[in-house]
Amino acid sequence: MELLVAIGEAFDAQRMIPIERSHVASSGQEGDLYFVEILAQGGASCKVITTTNPIADFDFFQQYIAAEQDEASVAWKTKNYYERIGAVMSLSCIPYLAENIPEYGEHVAFSESSATPYVNSVIGALTNRESIQTALAAGVLGETPEYGLHLKENRKGTTLVKVEANLNDGFAYSLLGQYVGKKIASGIPVFTGITKRPRIDQYISLCAMLNVTGAIPMFHIPGITVEARSEEDAFSGDEPRERITVTDLELGQTRDELQTAAGPVSVVIVGCPHYNLDQMADLAKLVKGKKVREDVSFWVNTSATTKLMADRAGHTRTIQESGIRLVVDTCIDMFCWNHLRDRTGMTDSPKCAYYRRFGPVKVGAMAECVAAAME
Amino acid sequence: MLPQPWSEDATKLSEIRIRCHKLAKGHAEGQALVSKDPICFYLVEPKTGVVREGGHQLEGKSVSGKVLVFPTGKASSAVQMDGLVKLLINKNAPNAMIVTDVDPVLLGSAVLTKIPLVDRLETNPFEAINSGDLVKVDADRGLVIVTKN
Repeated sequence: MELLVAIGEAFDAQRMIPIERSHVASSGQEGDLYFVEILAQGGASCKVITTTNPIADFDFFQQYIAAEQDEASVAWKTKNYYERIGAVMSLSCIPYLAENIPEYGEHVAFSESSATPYVNSVIGALTNRESIQTALAAGVLGETPEYGLHLKENRKGTTLVKVEANLNDGFAYSLLGQYVGKKIASGIPVFTGITKRPRIDQYISLCAMLNVTGAIPMFHIPGITVEARSEEDAFSGDEPRERITVTDLELGQTRDELQTAAGPVSVVIVGCPHYNLDQMADLAKLVKGKKVREDVSFWVNTSATTKLMADRAGHTRTIQESGIRLVVDTCIDMFCWNHLRDRTGMTDSPKCAYYRRFGPVKVGAMAECVAAAME
Repeated sequence: MLPQPWSEDATKLSEIRIRCHKLAKGHAEGQALVSKDPICFYLVEPKTGVVREGGHQLEGKSVSGKVLVFPTGKASSAVQMDGLVKLLINKNAPNAMIVTDVDPVLLGSAVLTKIPLVDRLETNPFEAINSGDLVKVDADRGLVIVTKN
């Protein structure tokens, strides 16, 4: 409560308001453990549905626990404390698609880089950019201070982003998020020039990267996202405080910023954020009948719920037959990836490259990752 | 050249007092380190306090014991707290932080790690403070005191 009051006071909040649900971007690292341990040992329990981010599938990665004992034990303890305080162990970074779906107009507390802008912009629920700790405190109390994006007048656009680039796939949306996050750092961008409704995974890629290089809790795409019927509506009639234009040139330069490798890759990790069912279907289609090269290890991360549906659709089998290892419940920023650290990696997630656990890295679209790893 | 003898009055004259707004309570002082780039503490090396983010204005510089002046926090909702706690464990955390645009993720992490954090300085901190100045941050009294280097 002290934490939320301090935040409420800093932002001049008038009162606390009830929330319907919370999502905690549990990281399984020191900062996360510090706070959940205090709450669990004090006997706290979650008052509203509170889901968690991926940590690690300890059974699957058992062989790496001993070698990475310090990191693994922090992660293990953290996971246990979340169970003890009654969190729903979704272990997913895309809970807003299945395990914990906010409704339009609901007040919620959603941390996690892709989750905050997704629920604000695509669903129209109301959340601030929460940290693990503020989202967890809100989940335990069932309340949050009323400030920022809980108030309608703060949800209007601040920055006009004219998109002239070709957004053909999720990777292009990642680069758009990476560029805009870095360029404007904070505020609410309004994207014009996007005429085709993005696919869900494209939204997710955009959302995640806006909060890797920047701190962007919300955006509008006039005529497409729920709170902006038009450009004028998105800005509530105000003038944008800044205008930027994004072309293929900027996206190309953005891609080059994270590339540190040339030559053949020996590790591929995809699924950061977790792949949804559409992406599992795409991956299955791309790898059907192909084999991962013997000198490459290829991993795909997804949520347990998505895997269940991928099993039923036959995607899991196709993916595993190609030699790709499918992992659930796990974040790319965990002890279990340390053994790959010195190898040349490739990913379709600039976020994964940014917090990378491997050495030299390349980034490219899903199809490029597959092409680089398959015979 | 011999160093100039500083009288006590001269020291006081060289002090700039700037009113500010408390975000996270407490008071602390240290040498200023100014960054025009937002900061993600997860991309700071815990054992040295050195910023390891490629292309960052502070790349290669240490935040340990400094009063950091920067626009705002950035990056995922987990990493500011993890980064700051790792720095605290290694005694390499900044002593205080001054920002121009507050981000709730950074604020929550500052409250829990007990690092004083202020914003809304009545003078633009990027004009009033240079790296190397001695800066006292008193969040509780809403005051920043700068002694120019």
